[in-house]
Amino acid sequence: MTTNLRIAFLPLNDVAVLAAARERGFAEDEGLSLDLVRTTSWATLRDRLVYGQVQAAHMLAPLAVAVTLGLSQQPAALAAPFKLGVNGNMLVMAKDFAAALAPDPVARLADPLGTAHDFAAAIGLWRRKPIIGVVHRFSSHALMLRYWLASAGVDPDRDVVLRVLPPSLTVEAIHAGEIDGFIAGEPWGSAAIDSGMAEAVAIGERIWQRGVEKVLAFREEWLEENTETTDRLLRALARAAVWCDAPENREALADILAESRYVGQPSDLILQALRGTIVPRAGDASVSSPDFILFSREATPFPWRSQALWIYSQLVRWKMVEASAETQARAAAVFRPDVYRRALAGSDLPMPGASMKLEGAVGAPLGVGSRKGDLMLGPDRFFDGRIFDPERIEDYLAGFASQH
Amino acid sequence: MRIVIIDDSGLRATVLEEGLRDAGYEDIHIVPPRGAFVARLERMAPDVVLMDLGSPSRDTLEEMLIVSRALARPIAMFVDQSDEAMIGAAIDAGVSAYVVDGLRKERVKPVLELAVRRFNAFSRMQTELEEARTALADRKVIDRAKSILMNQRALSEQDAYALLRSTAMNQGKRIVEVAQALITASDLLGGI
Repeated sequence: MTTNLRIAFLPLNDVAVLAAARERGFAEDEGLSLDLVRTTSWATLRDRLVYGQVQAAHMLAPLAVAVTLGLSQQPAALAAPFKLGVNGNMLVMAKDFAAALAPDPVARLADPLGTAHDFAAAIGLWRRKPIIGVVHRFSSHALMLRYWLASAGVDPDRDVVLRVLPPSLTVEAIHAGEIDGFIAGEPWGSAAIDSGMAEAVAIGERIWQRGVEKVLAFREEWLEENTETTDRLLRALARAAVWCDAPENREALADILAESRYVGQPSDLILQALRGTIVPRAGDASVSSPDFILFSREATPFPWRSQALWIYSQLVRWKMVEASAETQARAAAVFRPDVYRRALAGSDLPMPGASMKLEGAVGAPLGVGSRKGDLMLGPDRFFDGRIFDPERIEDYLAGFASQH
Repeated sequence: MRIVIIDDSGLRATVLEEGLRDAGYEDIHIVPPRGAFVARLERMAPDVVLMDLGSPSRDTLEEMLIVSRALARPIAMFVDQSDEAMIGAAIDAGVSAYVVDGLRKERVKPVLELAVRRFNAFSRMQTELEEARTALADRKVIDRAKSILMNQRALSEQDAYALLRSTAMNQGKRIVEVAQALITASDLLGGI
């Protein structure tokens, strides 16, 4: 018997695993029929999930935490047992603004610390307080951008304007001069560069080498009541993720995503980011960024609780939530490694033995303890070298105090 | 009660505005979600904001509701938790409503119900219009294919149509698809 599941998503490259699960038969193999519901705003995606119009959603990890903590309209306990990808964002700025930074965009991307300082210096020279588009207050992009700006002494709430707008309107807004740049998931940054209006200034992967991004979010209650269906879905997605990560499948994946019911952008533009070849300025040679987006390798889908806690730490840092032991515990509980383990126990995928780790501590590929298989963790440094210890969040936050 | 409708589609907003006026609401404003719409909205100090659930600008609106210092009272999404049918109907119709703090549920509900009815009526109208348009476009294609057959095979109009129809039935396709294929083939072969 086939179980039908409705899952909401936004048109972005990192819907890849869901799209592949549906289009390449992985869901069908598990007796699931996926009805993927294209949505144009995070607010509507959130509402569809919270009010039960869909069973799951392709959600910004910080939004899943924020909804659970009651920070984004109707509070609802959400659960994220599977990450749909790691990395994949790019900051682009209008050509005129980028002209005040290092002239070679490749050098800019290679040196996020230097670029952050150049950016700080450029703010005062710009004709207005720079307006930077972010896709949502509770997005990985916004948290990453804040982190990066603050490293150069920029107060993101005072020195720049962070304007929320949907990814699909970013290119239009930069063209109309409503914003001076934006940070978004692909292919939107590449689309703005391709149009000749903007240049790449920073890549998510160079800010945090393994940045938490989208998760598959459920209502906790539904997840608990439908364990068997959840497990089947996770198994289908894990296999789809392996397929998405295989270099030989990237062209086929780009063709799927290019369809108007998914991303609806040109296949070659989508392919660039999937391959990790970024064209930082229209007409320039591409830069290789092999870890631009990850779907499966290094146990990418595994929902490390330490990553939910990193999100919590940033919400506290930017005064979006009051720090408390109770809030911290609720934030951590959004990520569900226990469900991941249960669902994928019988698979041949490497399974991390722990549920938390230091974030930002791995400098070179590292073999770590796993219950089965060989688990290699890739480098996960933050560009400023800080290490997040989920057991010492207060100390971590105190370390930022001098910055702003 | 001041109601602001944020909508891209001029027609849908008008349909909604008319409905609200007929129901006795007078203080109604329409703001398209473009450019500095957030600043306009702040100046208007609305009690109720109605917005298309499918509008990509909902995130922008919600951000403004969080950070705005210009609004005297906080505005949050209106959801009557005790009325699941209403929530479902609003989401299905594609309506979202934001309401100032303190406005009573009984005062807001009729507005939302009316918006749901009007949004549904509008989408029915759109579907009908779309169907009529498609039908017209299809007829043009079929007419052209018929005239090709009439010229090339010396068929009567009726026979040309019968041939298209039987071919479509045999191939399990729509008549318009067969007609389109015929036109394409005819163009490739030098046309008529």
